[in-house]
Amino acid sequence: MRSPASDADGLKRAPLDALHRERGARMASFAGYEMPIQYPIGVLKEHLHTRELAGLFDVSHMGQIALRLRSGGMAALVTDLESLVPVDVLGLAPGRQRYAFFVNSQGGLIDDLMIANCGDHFLLVVNASRKAADEQLLRSVLSAVCDIELLSDRGLLAVQGPAAESVLTRLSGAAAAMQFMEIRTIVLAGISCIVSRSGYTGEDGFEISVPADEAETLARLLLKHPDLALAGLGARDSLRLEAGLCLYGADLDETTTPAEAGLAWVVQRVRRRGGARAGGFPGADIVLAEFEGQPRRFRVGLRPRERAPVRGGTYLFASISASEPVGHVTSGGYGPSVGAPIGMGYVVREHASPHTQLFAEVRGNRMPVTVAVLPFIPHRYKRS
Amino acid sequence: MLKFTEDHEWLRIEGDVATVGITPYAQEQLGDIVYVELPPPGKTVEKGAAAAVVESVKAASDVYSPITGEVIESNQALVAEPALVNSDPMGRGWFFKIKITQPSQLDALMDEAAYKAKVEAANKAR
Repeated sequence: MRSPASDADGLKRAPLDALHRERGARMASFAGYEMPIQYPIGVLKEHLHTRELAGLFDVSHMGQIALRLRSGGMAALVTDLESLVPVDVLGLAPGRQRYAFFVNSQGGLIDDLMIANCGDHFLLVVNASRKAADEQLLRSVLSAVCDIELLSDRGLLAVQGPAAESVLTRLSGAAAAMQFMEIRTIVLAGISCIVSRSGYTGEDGFEISVPADEAETLARLLLKHPDLALAGLGARDSLRLEAGLCLYGADLDETTTPAEAGLAWVVQRVRRRGGARAGGFPGADIVLAEFEGQPRRFRVGLRPRERAPVRGGTYLFASISASEPVGHVTSGGYGPSVGAPIGMGYVVREHASPHTQLFAEVRGNRMPVTVAVLPFIPHRYKRS
Repeated sequence: MLKFTEDHEWLRIEGDVATVGITPYAQEQLGDIVYVELPPPGKTVEKGAAAAVVESVKAASDVYSPITGEVIESNQALVAEPALVNSDPMGRGWFFKIKITQPSQLDALMDEAAYKAKVEAANKAR
């Protein structure tokens, strides 16, 4: 057996590094950070524990960016922000956050992110691997109206699972009243945190932005709750895949468009053709036109019929003998809650309908795969 | 007689047959095993070539044949229950049996003491 060598040199360490090592985490480099991939109980149990009770994930490698007004009022900032993202920023009320993406001039996805209206500023959470590109993009458009601050002095913890509310309620009653995608400042055990009711597992849960030097104290307090167990990025990946959620760099990149990725829902009516603030963002013509037609290919769910997982990068064929692929897998693995291998990928329109039979070429063999509806596991967000 | 490879496979040699599996260290590194693919009986495997596939939740890894020879049996219990690699890697989690054709190849493999020292060094480095 050979596995890739691990080389920890030169990597940035997350604020919870000491805690991870104490708990026996296997660390690996992820977008320049040394992050916990799994703990001794293993990915499978961490995954199942999160679905059953609650998991604590360190996602401090993600970029937290504050946009603070310098002058001109929030209206100017909203207008400029809407020139970068295709979502309704004006309609985003204080205390709410919304999923969004940056698009390039060809309609390709530069990054997917969260935008929160924190009243007197906006808070963006972006992918670790895209921090530099995003910051450059923001500076090119917004530096005239606001200060752009990469909050490298803050950690980010995610408490995910049906027991997440009970876990947070032990430290503050305010968390229980929050709905999905609400965000507010909450003092947890004397530590001022920015808490949102969101996550990337398909479960109810919270994401907690905490000052880096208090992140470990907070994590240890949270872990006193018997239902909460540490879970690594391995489990986060299998959870988000079961929930049908995209991973930037795997399922999304600069060559995929929002319509292809099945992300049309992200763009509110007001920003579409015929809307009051239609377009006005990079690639708008291409992105909006695709919503009204049919893109050439779609992101779909994939269910291998046999037991072998079908990994990202695998080509998909319409028949056992076809020479030209009709698509490829972008994320694939084993779904612990599904109890079977699962995947996502892009397939040309003619072969992308649910229940279509395709073949994945794995180690030289064509293995049957069925196009499936996403998500594999229904979302359980807290909505009123 | 037990022998080990640099790639964390073990061989149990009984007469002219070698049973091959992966070590406790290897299964721990891989994590939860969800799928194995084994060579069919009758197949000739070459020393150092990929002979089996083991997949964890996260990734696929090759298992290399430590010696050249013909596969005479593969562990069907493992196909049905891949987690045996995690729970009993040196026992019920064996992968395949090879008929030994070049006994001299065994000389290049590590004995148990040498392998233990290698794993201890690897664990210290972590």
